[in-house]
Amino acid sequence: MIALALPAADEGGFAPPSVGEHLPAIFSIGSFDFTKHTLLVLLSVVIIAFFFMFAIRKGSMVPGKLQFLGESAYGFVRNSVAKDVLGGQDFIKYVPLLFSLFFFILVNNIYGAIPILQLPTFSHVGGAYVLAALVWFIWIGLGFKKYGVRYLKLATVPSGVPWYLLPMIVPIEIISNFLVRPITHSLRLFATMLAGHLIVGVAGSGIEFLIAQENILLQGTSVLVLAGAVAMYFLEALIMVLQAYIFVLLTAIYIEGALNADSH
Amino acid sequence: MEVQGSLNLIGYGLSAIGGGIGVGLVFAAYINGVARQPEAQRVLQPIAFLGLALTEALAILGLVFAFVLPI
Repeated sequence: MIALALPAADEGGFAPPSVGEHLPAIFSIGSFDFTKHTLLVLLSVVIIAFFFMFAIRKGSMVPGKLQFLGESAYGFVRNSVAKDVLGGQDFIKYVPLLFSLFFFILVNNIYGAIPILQLPTFSHVGGAYVLAALVWFIWIGLGFKKYGVRYLKLATVPSGVPWYLLPMIVPIEIISNFLVRPITHSLRLFATMLAGHLIVGVAGSGIEFLIAQENILLQGTSVLVLAGAVAMYFLEALIMVLQAYIFVLLTAIYIEGALNADSH
Repeated sequence: MEVQGSLNLIGYGLSAIGGGIGVGLVFAAYINGVARQPEAQRVLQPIAFLGLALTEALAILGLVFAFVLPI
């Protein structure tokens, strides 16, 4: 971390990349800008579809290498997310949702670790908002479908609370369940992706700045920044996978909470 | 000496303290539970991540307000 802080400590001249910078649009239709983010989202759909179509193309009893990869990826989401959290008999109904969410987010995050693309799509907040809103509508819809209007009472009035505390508890529950939940669900993904993207970007521009110095000793310090940057890069690669997992796990937890609202 | 920059980021740093301590406590309890009873991992894992989601909210809101509020 000291190595990463070095270029900023240098006096003047160094302008790190900031959140105020915007990528230029590739082309625009009216007010709609087709940017690198849009391109990468479309590319991710193609990648995921073709990968799984190739993986299950043969569908043999004894799987080959590619089929094994596809099947274990599916098995991971089905067993360690859907089955463990949702449980019961009908968890299989929600596996397609969780599975597509997981791989959509995973591929879009991993873009940040691929040298030429080097841009996690959800470092733009718009995509994260849409995914969280989708999940929000789904779990609220499931709750209303199962319990009707009674779901509002089940979700906001915890059982076993004395009546005189209810005026205080109910507003807190409404805010935390229906407002803060979707906001943090989307912003967690966005904020970690943005921070990871920025820290690699800051380290990269720091190396560029130090290499351009005249002092040979200052040039030498760029090696320290490079070591820090590589370490952060691998940490970010881990976080990218972890965030996809957390997003899907929270989706499953919210759906489970809506389905079993009467036992919480 | 003149110091430049945004006070918002100091506010974010302060809000991250609480979230950091909370996440640490949640995972300490989770690791303790799994170490004492490894077969309980499947039951504890969703609870741990739900606790993470709830405690981390404050730090995330702090980060967003640090960017959104005018300097």
